[in-house]
Amino acid sequence: MAIINLKKKEVQAKIVYYGPGRGGKTTNLEYIYKKFRNRIQTEMVTIKTHGDRTLFFDFLPIEIGRIKGYDIRIQLYTVPGQVKYESTRRLVLRGVDGIVFVADSLSVRRKENILSLKSLADNLASYKKNISEIPLVFQYNKRDLLTEGIPLLPVEWLEKDLNSKLKAPSFEASALKGPNVVETMKKIIIVTIDSLRKDLT
Amino acid sequence: MDKKHSTDTGGQRTYIFTPAKLSKIEAVLAVDLLDVGVHSVTLIDMAGNIISTMDNGENKHDLYSLAALAAGNFGAVSTMAGLVGEDEFSLLFHKGKKENIHFSKVTDEFLLITIFGKEVSLGFLRLKVAEATEKLIGIL
Repeated sequence: MAIINLKKKEVQAKIVYYGPGRGGKTTNLEYIYKKFRNRIQTEMVTIKTHGDRTLFFDFLPIEIGRIKGYDIRIQLYTVPGQVKYESTRRLVLRGVDGIVFVADSLSVRRKENILSLKSLADNLASYKKNISEIPLVFQYNKRDLLTEGIPLLPVEWLEKDLNSKLKAPSFEASALKGPNVVETMKKIIIVTIDSLRKDLT
Repeated sequence: MDKKHSTDTGGQRTYIFTPAKLSKIEAVLAVDLLDVGVHSVTLIDMAGNIISTMDNGENKHDLYSLAALAAGNFGAVSTMAGLVGEDEFSLLFHKGKKENIHFSKVTDEFLLITIFGKEVSLGFLRLKVAEATEKLIGIL
């Protein structure tokens, strides 16, 4: 639920990084935080377990400048990936304006990716939102592991499993090392703001 | 182009606040709450976005993080209420040594966060928040 403040000429929008556990959602936000530290005025908020897994969510507000005369303020969130936290994921999705689905490229994680995308569609439906209509970008993470000889899912398989019907923009990325992390974020911001464009007069 | 309206994309809603409406909201927050001595008051939506915020000029809180956490906290507590067979817990209040936080649902979509110190009693604050909430419902 984006907020458009005509008095301050400001837009606030909520983007959620969704995907299976240990897929790299938090690592995405940590990389963005490190990369844009000088432009982010607050600390990144994380609510983790003792085992360093996301318990509730991570939160990172970022100002990206002006579009059509409006200051754009994006609130980046992650959800906890572990299967047992389904109700928490649903809570974090409340009012979401755009989604990055962070898929795990490891071959052994194929089923988890598919199940997580299904849970995303179900949770969005609980808010009367349609996964095929909401701004969405796929990120196929951990592609850097290919050079280390670790079996990864071919991108064609990931596209077929996850994106054959949705046909959303997608990026091969490494949240740990950085390639395409910023590009993924830029793309989802563009798609999300574009969906609000008709409200920005 | 006033008030809220639905966009046609998958049930997604965008809330548009005009200067006139925001001025009315600010007037309620200032007169009903700031003037009785609270330190800061912030109206947010349940997604964690800030609609309007006012303070006594001495607060340096990170309000964007606070709004995100407050929305998450409220959602979590509402879910807890459901688990024990309650529709909701009406009082959400955290007490600190110097600062206290009071959360109050305005409508299903909006939440009021009030930060106050020892100078204001909880009972009086609840009364003033209830009055402000009634006025805000009329504006939102």
